[in-house]
Amino acid sequence: MKNNPYLFWGLAIIVFFSGVALLAPWISPHDPTLIDGQNLLMPPSLKYWLGTDGLGRDLLSRMIFGARISLSVGIIAVGISIFLGLLLGSCAGFYGKTVDSLVMRFADIMLCIPTFFLILAVIAMVEPSIYNIMIVIGLTSWMGPARLIRGEILSLKEREFIQAERALGATDARIIIRHLIPNAAGPVLVNATLGIAGAILLESSLSFLGLGVQPPIPSWGNILIESKSTLGIAWWITLFPGLAILVTILGFNFISEGLKKIIG
Amino acid sequence: MRRKTLNILKLPIVLVAFLFVFICLQAFAQDYGDAIVGASISDARNLLPMLASDSASSEISGMVFNGLVKYDKDINLVGDLAKSWEVQEGGLVIIFHLRADVRWHDGSPFTAADVEFTYRKMIDPSVRTPYGGDFERVKSLEVLDDHTIKVTYKEPFVPGLASWGMSIIPRHLLEKEDLNNTAFSRYPVGTGPYKFKTWKTQEKIELVSNRDYFEHRPFLDRAITRVIPDESTIFLELQTQGVDSAGLTPLQYSRQTDTDFFKKHYRKFRLPGFNYTYLGYNLSNPKFSDKRVRLALNYAVDKTEIINIVLLGFGTVSTGPFVPQSWAYDQGVLPVAFDPAKARSLLAEAGWKSVNKDGWLEKDGRVFEFTIATNQGNEERQKVAEIIQRRLKGVGIRVKIKVVEWSVFLSEFIDKKNFEAILLGWSVPRDPDIYDIWYSGKTKEGEFNFIGYKNDEVDKLLIEGRRIFDQQERQKIYHRIHEIIYDEQPYMFLFTAESLSILHNRFQGVKPAPAGIGYNFIDWWVARPQQKYRIAK
Amino acid sequence: MINYILKRLLGMIPVLLGVTVLSFAIINLAPGKFSTLDQAMNPKVSPEYQMRLVKAFNLDKPLPVRYWLWLKSSICFDFGRSFSDNRLIMDKIAERLPVTVGINVLSLLFVFLVAIPIGVKAATKAGGGFDTVTTYFSFLLLAAPTFWLALLLMQFFCIQLGWLPISGIHSLDFEYFSPLRKVWDISWHLILPVFVSSLGGFAVISRYMRSSMMEALNQPYIYTARAKGLPQSQVVYKHALRNASLPIVTMIGLSIPGLLGGSVIFESIFALPGLGQLFFQAVMARDMPLIMAEVVLGAVLTMLGNLIADISYAYVDPRIRYK
Repeated sequence: MKNNPYLFWGLAIIVFFSGVALLAPWISPHDPTLIDGQNLLMPPSLKYWLGTDGLGRDLLSRMIFGARISLSVGIIAVGISIFLGLLLGSCAGFYGKTVDSLVMRFADIMLCIPTFFLILAVIAMVEPSIYNIMIVIGLTSWMGPARLIRGEILSLKEREFIQAERALGATDARIIIRHLIPNAAGPVLVNATLGIAGAILLESSLSFLGLGVQPPIPSWGNILIESKSTLGIAWWITLFPGLAILVTILGFNFISEGLKKIIG
Repeated sequence: MRRKTLNILKLPIVLVAFLFVFICLQAFAQDYGDAIVGASISDARNLLPMLASDSASSEISGMVFNGLVKYDKDINLVGDLAKSWEVQEGGLVIIFHLRADVRWHDGSPFTAADVEFTYRKMIDPSVRTPYGGDFERVKSLEVLDDHTIKVTYKEPFVPGLASWGMSIIPRHLLEKEDLNNTAFSRYPVGTGPYKFKTWKTQEKIELVSNRDYFEHRPFLDRAITRVIPDESTIFLELQTQGVDSAGLTPLQYSRQTDTDFFKKHYRKFRLPGFNYTYLGYNLSNPKFSDKRVRLALNYAVDKTEIINIVLLGFGTVSTGPFVPQSWAYDQGVLPVAFDPAKARSLLAEAGWKSVNKDGWLEKDGRVFEFTIATNQGNEERQKVAEIIQRRLKGVGIRVKIKVVEWSVFLSEFIDKKNFEAILLGWSVPRDPDIYDIWYSGKTKEGEFNFIGYKNDEVDKLLIEGRRIFDQQERQKIYHRIHEIIYDEQPYMFLFTAESLSILHNRFQGVKPAPAGIGYNFIDWWVARPQQKYRIAK
Repeated sequence: MINYILKRLLGMIPVLLGVTVLSFAIINLAPGKFSTLDQAMNPKVSPEYQMRLVKAFNLDKPLPVRYWLWLKSSICFDFGRSFSDNRLIMDKIAERLPVTVGINVLSLLFVFLVAIPIGVKAATKAGGGFDTVTTYFSFLLLAAPTFWLALLLMQFFCIQLGWLPISGIHSLDFEYFSPLRKVWDISWHLILPVFVSSLGGFAVISRYMRSSMMEALNQPYIYTARAKGLPQSQVVYKHALRNASLPIVTMIGLSIPGLLGGSVIFESIFALPGLGQLFFQAVMARDMPLIMAEVVLGAVLTMLGNLIADISYAYVDPRIRYK
């Protein structure tokens, strides 16, 4: 930790935000759903530190509660997609031939089916909750990481050190987990960092389509979407959630840089 | 000396007289030329009027085509292609006398045969028109001569007269066409004040003035509608004067356009709207079949607060299924005051009581909880739902909100009547006939009494209201309907939103009236020095 | 290699068929119904009219029959007519194609031309000033929503400075312009949209480039090359870049289907008549023939893109062999 400041700062940011999310009911200065008709679109002030939204609700409290949704969407959805991507992509790359064709053609099919309808269909079948949505986002976005890791492994597995390992009689699983995945981790870590930003914003477009969290529950994404109609009058509604997302992905980026150092 | 003083005294009078003459001349010297550029959120779909089900298409085709009748600035029916009409035999027969001086844009004369053709197509089951319903009540249509038409109804049908505002289409161009699938729907030819020129999909539709228009030549040479799907972009275009007219949100009206730039270049309009927003209850749900509960909910929600927050004050509390400026609206029906205490006592009467500390009302061990569904894409409604949710929490009712994509909303909630309460709005037609929404038989899938309202007196009145042509008699009927419906609260009536818009101030001759500003569009003009677009041919 | 390509092309047929079957089922089984009307209900529209449409569009037939009817005509490249305006799907797509493809190709070129050198430079001096600035900048671009960036740039360039037009792709009187002025007019309108649509990809690609470049620069052969005394630029651009481009190739492959899929938000903000809006409206209105055409188009491009990526792997890294 000491000689890995990236990891330290990255973890610090994410732990801080997660703490804020967990403690939301205790630390938020106001009720995030309290409508104040006298204070519509007020700029930051002593009473409302980050200002208020179009219904006069406290932006800071909404962002604190919004962290719960946004962080968990980011982490869970991306976690699922990276896990599936690593598993399927490394198998396809390592075993090649039939396994490769099967997995990659399956990935092709998944890439081609319109996600919107998939989500609609899933939501019609199971109780629509934010967790189901995270799972759906995860299940429909593993194809990118899978292709990335497969590409790397296709190249790595022909290298000398892997051949040597094989000659020493290492099992497939050992080769994949101990040697291939760590060496192929670069692009996947980048993908994960970028994916978290993507998932946070994706949640907001799902809410926008009526598939995400329902009002009055706030998320950073839906606060941002709402800010569009007040652009030019209420800069704080766009700026603060935007900053929160920015700092979050910076945090995850630091973690991924740190991890790279550990692996490398 | 005396004479000189006199002259000096006279001077102002002379000046005033000059000024007066000058102003008069100015008032009569309306210049031709220039163009108006409007912005529309969505592109038109089909410019064949009887197939156009979207507002973007109707706006355009309304300028290219005419009906037999139209509404004037005070929302009275007047002749358009018809000079006059007579209602005979107690409303069974309407005779239209058509104008003889009307020509289609291609030069062919307009005759009764075109009207007959339009009618035949309206009732032809193979033509995919959504508007056939009103015409199916016609028993027969006879062409008496080239400019006279006799329509006979199966029974008296008042809204029938207004239905002849349907645009008339040219027989000579469409006789051999399959209307569902004809080039005409992208190259329309009508009788209206503007002729179709070009349509670039999802970009713009351009119309040019019809110099031979039967009323008079429109002053503005071109009318261009640009498709700009994003409201924020339209607003930026206004700031560069790239767009001359647009609708505004309350926030844009009150704050974003409150700048020197907008005051200098634009004129804002604030007109009564033809709509109302309501919370409709599923009356087959036991929670809402109890009238006391519905009354209580009405007391528990502060409509003025909703208007002040969501519409920033640009609206009025509504109490019934008409708009306040309509003769059908009973001004005597006053909205109840916001009174949570009264709401609680009514709910207690109905058996909903708070038994434990959590504050939620319960009955037979079940918490009073329901879901308000509304459609996605309407931020206003979402905010209204959130305010209602907050207010009902105040009396101990737990409300969930579900914002659903429109298509799913229709198929899963409305069609299947699978909702507890819905937050929606109606746009209110000029004729007060509301049979389709409130008649107890109109509850099939795809019909509009989806809340399942049933009241025998209202049923009777609704039928009667369609049979009586005398407006004073009709007014009594609709006032009574208004009174009963507000008393029964099948909807919680919320508000009527004003229609807010902005127009470049180089246009003159714009006179706001109850009908809006568009009714005298052909009289709008721009003084030559201020004209902006000149290339038109 | 030729064999491999042929095999893959043939293999596309069953996958394509599978995609259409699955998509057809999912689209039709997902809740929602075809609605021609805007977001307003019109009591003048009778339920009989709705039934008439259901019949006209064959929506009353069982799902397999409908699929079969669709497949039969689609094989001959006849995707039918749109539910919403009864025009031929092919016409509707064709009139939007140039705008979308034009903007996407331009911005893709722009992205790769700018992002790759930036990623490489950042990697060679990792941790340095340039690296830090580009890192923060690219995350800034990712965290800022498109609509926000677009509106901000419009506010600045179009309103404050008045240099560029706000929206649309043609001026109002485009028809009257001379050919040269027409070209100028279109380019003028394209500057901002192409720039904004590049920003996201720009951040992503430069991150991938930086990451894999850093890895490549740590490989033994780079030390060898350096030890041989090769100039820095040759080491970086000739030896390391080629080895670092695998993920970039994957990303190119994945972005090929995107060439035809414009972003709705982006297109509506700039009022561009592109495919993104067309397909979005189709999805919202449940305009089945149009949605299916999109699925097929997207599927073909996705598979082609991935095939191109796979072939390029072997070119970029000769150790990768396909049998």
